[in-house]
Amino acid sequence: MTPRQQRMLSVGLLLGGLALVSALSIGAFKENTGFYFELDQVAAGDTPPDRAFRVGGLVKEGSLFREPGSLELEFTLTDTKNELVVAYTGVLPDLFRDGQGIIARGQLGEDGRFVAEEVLAKHDENYMPPEVADSLERQGYKPAEEG
Amino acid sequence: MIPELGQIALLIAFMLAVVQGVMPLVGAHRNDSVWMQVARPAAFAQFGFVAIAFGILTSAFINNDFSLQYVASNSNTALPLMFRVAAVWGAHEGSMLLWILILSTWTIAVAFGSRSLPEPVAARVIGVLGLLSVGTLAFTLFTSNPFLRLDIAPVDGRDLNPLLQDPALVIHPPMLYIGYVGLSVAFAFAIAAMLSGELDRQWARWTRPWTTAAWVFLTLGIALGSWWAYYELGWGGWWFWDPVENASFMPWLAATALFHSLAVTETRGLFKSWTLLLAIMAFSLSLLGTFLVRSGVLVSVHAFASDPARGYFILAFLFVVIFCALALYAWRAPSLDSQAGFQPTARETFLLLNNVLLVVAATLILIGTLYPLIIEHLGMGKVSVGPEVFELVFIIPMLPLTFLIGVGMHTTWRTGNLDQVWKQYRWIGAVTLLVAIAGPWLFYGKFMPMTVIGVSAGLWVILASVATPVRAAFGKATMTRAQTGMHLAHLGVGLFTVGAVVVSSFGLETDRAIRSGQSITVAGYDITMDGIEDGTGPNYVARRGTFTVKQGEESISVLYPEKRNYTTQVSEMTEAGIDATLARDLFIAMGDDLGDGSWSVRVQYKPMIRLIWLGALVMAFGGLLAITDVRYRARVRKRKPAAKAVEA
Repeated sequence: MTPRQQRMLSVGLLLGGLALVSALSIGAFKENTGFYFELDQVAAGDTPPDRAFRVGGLVKEGSLFREPGSLELEFTLTDTKNELVVAYTGVLPDLFRDGQGIIARGQLGEDGRFVAEEVLAKHDENYMPPEVADSLERQGYKPAEEG
Repeated sequence: MIPELGQIALLIAFMLAVVQGVMPLVGAHRNDSVWMQVARPAAFAQFGFVAIAFGILTSAFINNDFSLQYVASNSNTALPLMFRVAAVWGAHEGSMLLWILILSTWTIAVAFGSRSLPEPVAARVIGVLGLLSVGTLAFTLFTSNPFLRLDIAPVDGRDLNPLLQDPALVIHPPMLYIGYVGLSVAFAFAIAAMLSGELDRQWARWTRPWTTAAWVFLTLGIALGSWWAYYELGWGGWWFWDPVENASFMPWLAATALFHSLAVTETRGLFKSWTLLLAIMAFSLSLLGTFLVRSGVLVSVHAFASDPARGYFILAFLFVVIFCALALYAWRAPSLDSQAGFQPTARETFLLLNNVLLVVAATLILIGTLYPLIIEHLGMGKVSVGPEVFELVFIIPMLPLTFLIGVGMHTTWRTGNLDQVWKQYRWIGAVTLLVAIAGPWLFYGKFMPMTVIGVSAGLWVILASVATPVRAAFGKATMTRAQTGMHLAHLGVGLFTVGAVVVSSFGLETDRAIRSGQSITVAGYDITMDGIEDGTGPNYVARRGTFTVKQGEESISVLYPEKRNYTTQVSEMTEAGIDATLARDLFIAMGDDLGDGSWSVRVQYKPMIRLIWLGALVMAFGGLLAITDVRYRARVRKRKPAAKAVEA
């Protein structure tokens, strides 16, 4: 190849690559991003009916209930004003406990319970998912700072 | 008193870094030999004072000096000594100090290794590294001082995050940082070349081993992190597309592209401006990674420091570095054009494709990582990009790349010899297809088109990588050490691919409730829970399960997964029980006490997962061989001053 053709090839490949990048990312992100909703939005019915989304909040004190010997369980998420009952089947993350900020991903069921496919708690006792911290702040709650 | 000395040492190091960053560059510009000669002594002195500061912080951890805020927050008298040392880089301030120590270590390595280089080149490279030291030292001194005192020293510290109390953590961050920061050397060489306007094949020969060295450490660091996440996060995944993992992976992709591009620049004198751009990109992505981790703008298990001031500082530093580098690039790169040509089937074309695909992959991951930030900033809601998206956008460019590797490594430079490659290696294609179709079906009893494609990609690379070494073993080919390294590294890519495809296609995972005496059957293994008892460690109490694994009648292993409760931080940790062989891992993690004597457990069968980390090790070893090739050994040779004119 002459240098000129070579440069054309390089530029062509790069542009082609970039076009591919943009096309792919727009398509993929449109389809697959998970949206986060506040608990008051869930209470107001602003969530999509048949799409998975994420909710977050604090685990309400004493709300964890499980059928003895079974992996099915239920707990309540709260932002101190609104509440949402979450149903989940499986193993909970290590740092799941009362008062911990967690995020659940799943769908809203017919009965108003949130059926979670995944429950996430971060590996740090002081950690508050930023989404949850925002929600709590909107509800006028300030998490206690540790010194 | 001693911690204050640490801070003074950092201040002196800062001033020395200013000297190291300014005088050699000015000297090189004016061709003033005296000023240029300041570079090495300044670099050594800066290293000395940084090492003193680091040593003082380490001794504060070893001696449990809880009057230091950083020590009190991240250590505890009950913490074993090894973890007290690792705790130095267990959180933000100390890990920045480690960053600086590693940067100055690379700098003195360059100072030693550059003695055969022309004076202005060495002075410029060391000078640019000095400027980077100025930035990071200022960051530490002004926003993240590890030597801050508490008014009242607590009796005991808050302990290191239990998640980080693991032998792999002792080496994972240093490895990763050595890799990250090592890319600054390639960056400094690129800036030096643009400042002088001289970029020839010799330049690529100097830059290449440094880049490969950084890449080797980065590879090991990422692999260690993945391995650690696999057994320590407790749930058996090996890659989560977590923003911080992405932050280490993007520089890796860019560095991989960079040393392939450097190969073309060294051998053929081509792709010069592209190589420069990649060197800038790789280091900028390292800095971006630091920003993402340190500013806490992203939701991640690693984001332990959330301080806006830090975020702004790094963002400003990042901006200055990228802006200056790109401005210099725009000004200088066009004059570096070269005139050589090559055939469309030559190795140059394959390396070009390699670069395009790697950069596409890095770009897609970058977009995916920043997408939630951008969307939120635009007020369009809070979104997250799931692993499925990353997997998809990663596989699309990488799959063709793996197939191209097998051909590209056998084609010749400039002319290309596809006919000959086809004749010589077509059997590899046949064997690959046969094994990829029959293998998974025979071993795992399933036929899935995507698996066949994935396994073909991996096998193709493996066979293509061993073909020449095997011929060499029989005396039918000769290989330099660098070539052996290249083939070995590609073998690592193949092993990794096979491992990743097999484990994601045939891995099994089940969550179950189980009580003593009951068993679970997974993939033909019977796993029986024999009992649960209490145990204690130095700074935790645990519930420890005993599980016997049987295959048919034969008992093959006993596993002891634990649920630990670290008493100081009152946090729970899952320690998985793993029975590992090259063919498969069996993985048991305990969940919760379900109240009636039964426990929830997660049992996983992970075929060939070890190949993932083995592949990474093999890649790193290949890189190591390539660096030690005889042509990179330091030679004292005066460069002809005429070399510059030829390029223009």
